[in-house]
Amino acid sequence: MQMTGADLIVKLLERQGISTIAGVPGGAALPMYDALSKSDTIHHVLCRHEQGAGFIAQGMARVSGRPEVCLASSGPGATNLITAIADAKLDSIPMIALTGQVPLSMIGTDAFQEVDTYGLTIPITKHNFLVRSAKDLLSVVPAAFRIAMSDRPGPVLIDVPKDVQNQLVSFEEYPDVVVPDAAPSFDIAAVEEAARMIEAAERPVLYLGGGVIHSGAGQLAVTLAEQASLPTTMTLMALGAMPMDHPLSLGMLGMHGARYTNYVLEEADLLVCVGARFDDRAIGKTAEFCPNAKIIHIDIDRSELHKVKTAHVAIAGDVGQVLSELLPRVRPQLRKRWLSHVESLKGRFPLAMPGVDNPRSPYGLIHAVANCLDDNAIITSDVGQHQMWVAQAYPFRRSRQWLNSGGLGTMGFGFPAAIGAAIAAPDRTVVCFSGDGSLKMNIQEMATAAQENVNVKIVLMNNQSLGLVHQQQNLFYGKRVMASRYERPTDFLKIAEGFGMRAVDLDPAPNPRATLAEALSTPGPCLIHATIDPNEFVYPMVPPGAANSEMIG
Amino acid sequence: MSEQNTNLSEYIPDVPEHNGFHKVVLELAVANHPGVMSHICGLFARRAFNVEGILCMPVGTGETSRIWLQIFEDERLEKMIRQVEKLEDVLSVRKHDGEHPVFGHLDEFFQ
Repeated sequence: MQMTGADLIVKLLERQGISTIAGVPGGAALPMYDALSKSDTIHHVLCRHEQGAGFIAQGMARVSGRPEVCLASSGPGATNLITAIADAKLDSIPMIALTGQVPLSMIGTDAFQEVDTYGLTIPITKHNFLVRSAKDLLSVVPAAFRIAMSDRPGPVLIDVPKDVQNQLVSFEEYPDVVVPDAAPSFDIAAVEEAARMIEAAERPVLYLGGGVIHSGAGQLAVTLAEQASLPTTMTLMALGAMPMDHPLSLGMLGMHGARYTNYVLEEADLLVCVGARFDDRAIGKTAEFCPNAKIIHIDIDRSELHKVKTAHVAIAGDVGQVLSELLPRVRPQLRKRWLSHVESLKGRFPLAMPGVDNPRSPYGLIHAVANCLDDNAIITSDVGQHQMWVAQAYPFRRSRQWLNSGGLGTMGFGFPAAIGAAIAAPDRTVVCFSGDGSLKMNIQEMATAAQENVNVKIVLMNNQSLGLVHQQQNLFYGKRVMASRYERPTDFLKIAEGFGMRAVDLDPAPNPRATLAEALSTPGPCLIHATIDPNEFVYPMVPPGAANSEMIG
Repeated sequence: MSEQNTNLSEYIPDVPEHNGFHKVVLELAVANHPGVMSHICGLFARRAFNVEGILCMPVGTGETSRIWLQIFEDERLEKMIRQVEKLEDVLSVRKHDGEHPVFGHLDEFFQ
């Protein structure tokens, strides 16, 4: 066979099962776009900004669990992708970023739209490639997929100079479609030791992270919790792994966790950490997190073990495989004393949700949305107060129901990720909770949502503020509010309509619940606007850097 | 907010001091292509982990290279090695004593 590098890229993507690519064209990517014009199976989603393309690919990947592809040109196209790539790295999302590059002969000459994409993306990718010959694509593209989805997933970038895209390559056969590498083998003796520790513990807590979602191990984790009677807390990334209404669920831990959750952890004598990485927002001051607990740490990434907290038993393996070995070794226990103590802490220090019955308040709006939806819905969020309120209050009940930017905390994530989610799961309703600060950061993708007619509902909590900044200035900076209030209001309804999206305002609605229900149940993209009070703060709150026991509010 | 909260503050941890006096030598087998050194040096640089000496040459047919790094060991070394091992282009990492002879006869080039 003989074809151009660009045609080969598209063929290899097709063979890998890619059916949608999100991107923005440009000079150095034109041969790849020309090749895409000949593809019968790949649908290209034309985004309005490359960052939107990156997050649409992420949204697809977070729903499907497999690598998805974004595409951009060289120079500013590539630099605009960078935030979305870094975001995928911190949340371990499998993604392939394809970028055009100036021709090989011009690299290093400060050519038009030349930037060192390879160099720029070294620290924010799991791996990256600068392709120097079309023949190399036969190994690079499959390798990129293999790396993105094997072990701990992550983003892989392939930078392809324009002449490499145009170069003819001859080959006998396509490379095999790649599947993830087998997970590393692990030490069964360590699993047995972990089982003994769980059995001997009096006050154990199970601590689940995003790795449980990536591994598809939510059900196994719930079974372990039930079998050994382990109260279970989840990180922001793991919400949904255990249903929030499960009797053993402690909800989210950390900076905005409920008081009782952090108190239970404080008393634990054993912490079973599965697919989590002791992030500072989750654990607060390291030395004072679970001060009396021994630690069992299970993670597929060896470099996470002992990184922040030294584990007594550390197992480097796929959490699903490790849990499968652990389960038959853990004797069922009732732990009545510990569970009733946890229950009493929960009764004394529950998550306070003021205004939960009022759909014009943050918690009330979130509950009103949840009441209109079932577990099939996908919920995304942007970053800020609304994100924490949703994480605290939304009744997540399944893995991959909740998509948000956990590690990088990228404002502007939620809406394009919701578009990607809706493309990957067209039968589901996708709701993006956003704030007025976050939404503006990728608001141009409203045009993409309207074009693709995706079933995405933005629930905009508008406080005309950068709410979490405003909150921190009030709490920690002597109430000196600096650059966190927007002086001029934005008419989001007009903006949405201008982009061709339906818009609904709950503010003047006499019955906001009815208006909300109607908007959520009508197919197609829609902005649902609700004004909230800028002086509503997210509580409890652990001051950054403080111990989790030092909660405010 | 009530008055009491005006006394709240964020806690920003101090930069821990890393005092490494004990020299060690790391031997890395790596894929040989442009960019590998960037990946490796970037890892150390970002963590302010000072690399005292670097030697790199291709091995055999040039498919792979060997990189020798001379560094001062501190308590982060084991974590650092695990990060290096994670790099796709790094095939293996071996730790040697600081007295390893590979850097032994280079003094005359650094006068």
